[in-house]
Amino acid sequence: MSEPAQSATTLFEKLWQRHLVRNETAEAPAILYIDLQLLHEVTSPQAFDELKRRGLKVRRPDRCLATIDHSTPTSPADEHGVHHYITPQAKAQVDVLHVNCAENGIELHSWDSPNRGIVHVMGPEMGATQPGMTIVCGDSHTATHGAFGALAFGIGTTEVGHVMATQCLLQSKPKTLGIRIDGKLGPGVTAKDVILHVIGAIGVDGGTGSVIEYHGSTVRAMDMESRMTMCNMSIECGARAGMIAPDEATFQFLEGRQMTPRGELWDAAVMDWKTLKTDPGASYDRLVEIDATKIEPSVTWGINPGMVIAIDATIPPGDNDARRDALDYMQLEGGATLAGEPVDVVFIGSCTNSRIGDLREAAALLKNRKVAAGTRVLVVPGSEATRREAEAEGLDQIFTNAGAEWREPGCSMCLAMNGDSAEPGDLVVSTSNRNFKGRQGRGVRTILASPLTAAASAITGQVTDPREFMEPGA
Amino acid sequence: MSNSGIVESGTFNLPVDHIDTDQIIPAEFLTTTERDGLGKFCFYSWRFDENGAERPDHPLQGFDPVSQQVLVTGSNFGCGSSREHAPWALLDFGFKAIISNQFADIFRSNSLKNGLLPVMVEDHVIQFLLARPGHPVRVDIRNNTLSVEGYGEFEFPLDPFSAYCLTRGIDQLDFILENEQAISSYEQQHGK
Repeated sequence: MSEPAQSATTLFEKLWQRHLVRNETAEAPAILYIDLQLLHEVTSPQAFDELKRRGLKVRRPDRCLATIDHSTPTSPADEHGVHHYITPQAKAQVDVLHVNCAENGIELHSWDSPNRGIVHVMGPEMGATQPGMTIVCGDSHTATHGAFGALAFGIGTTEVGHVMATQCLLQSKPKTLGIRIDGKLGPGVTAKDVILHVIGAIGVDGGTGSVIEYHGSTVRAMDMESRMTMCNMSIECGARAGMIAPDEATFQFLEGRQMTPRGELWDAAVMDWKTLKTDPGASYDRLVEIDATKIEPSVTWGINPGMVIAIDATIPPGDNDARRDALDYMQLEGGATLAGEPVDVVFIGSCTNSRIGDLREAAALLKNRKVAAGTRVLVVPGSEATRREAEAEGLDQIFTNAGAEWREPGCSMCLAMNGDSAEPGDLVVSTSNRNFKGRQGRGVRTILASPLTAAASAITGQVTDPREFMEPGA
Repeated sequence: MSNSGIVESGTFNLPVDHIDTDQIIPAEFLTTTERDGLGKFCFYSWRFDENGAERPDHPLQGFDPVSQQVLVTGSNFGCGSSREHAPWALLDFGFKAIISNQFADIFRSNSLKNGLLPVMVEDHVIQFLLARPGHPVRVDIRNNTLSVEGYGEFEFPLDPFSAYCLTRGIDQLDFILENEQAISSYEQQHGK
């Protein structure tokens, strides 16, 4: 008697099925169980208030993990240990999170914690992020955690409240988008260049309504930090989430971290995690194939993350309203190249590129070199753990010797709400994720780039191809 | 939106694609712990210059919250940050519905939870409206239709559950809470 073969399913489908409390019906969306909710000060206070107003408790405080990152200063505390916030309101927001976490028994990594950091850097570092989990946060870059084979996505504050109260979310099933990337990356080309290239290829809304699975030989060859950089920017093409099937690199990264299982539990977990992959023969709703060998160091030239070019390519002409608006805001000419454009500020940091590997790459270029006169360079590690690791390796010395600022962990100039911002009209080469108008300060112009490109541009004070510092004789 | 599920008003045009939530409300205004009163920051950098002085030429300066409650805008509206402050700011500014040919997922979800109606229609409807500033329209979520005076009636996608919640004033959290038993048994079965 032959049974029909079990139908081949995607990684996303497996995670979706595992977390269904109630399936979708004609009348109502599915109820999806959430394994972990990450919290920070900006998008949680109104959710805590809503629970209070309704007389509800946080259902599973053990499945919440909080930090402070967005509103916090990245300058050191003063001699009395006092942190100076940009406004009293910013401090009040952090104070409110302290009270809310204390009242609800939620683990908060604040100033006194050795783990504090950008929420999407801290979670993986602590091992809170694990394969097979559903993870949410009131932050669109939550897709970062998908690098571990988790289904992780950003939600609004109302939904933050839903998860606090019920550990569940109402969800309509998204479509799947496979992005297959094959081939060896060229010198000076990093995960950041790959994801910028992908967003440029499919467009700033190319992933809307979908969960992306990145796969292919290029992705397999990436370390976990590179995979996080990739998944992090999934929202920049409109995708709900981005994910990568776990493998030995994933398990090695997680083993022994403070929140991962130990001993037999670890072995059992890894056995299970190994099943989390897209079966041969399973298909995505849509598949995009990318040739990694064609990818060059990539940068944005416009005002959304889909406006991408190779660093040595010419800027597109102002042949439609959107491009004219972008060129006008960026004070750039269609047909010109970005190389040589004077740079006022370089920002190395954010949940996209503030991990130890990013800092090592930037430091390798800045070692024994100086930042160009007139260019301000901020290096902001993603977490206290990353900061310690970098300082133990002497990276902080390399940065400060070069003339860069070595700052304390936080989101910093990625969204410039903590006081770390550039001046109107400044051109910023930034390793962050968004080049929207005014994102890094009123009237500030942003070019998104890799840590290598950012470091090269810091040295010359102009937008610079990092390969100039890597080729013999350069 | 009134309890009837109907918004009837003239339109206001912002013919720009990919308006991100940083434009709708810049991050510098997110240190609030409230959800009210954010309308004054809505499209702040479009209405005010770097020094906070009014940009008198921007069309938003002439916005009338009484007669222009329906925003007509470009594709992929609300992309970027998940901040729910965006629909809070738009509602407080005076918009009750937004017409676009595509919305960003998180923004759409956030809007529906606050009674701001995302009305997704084909581009020709948008073009008709963009050519006629202030044109009278009627959005009815009981039958998912947008009526454009002198042009026609168009269906827009709205999941039945959101429509049900919006028209009956039912809260999605209450709905999930009714499933407490299913949640508990899921946790037991899966060792959560």
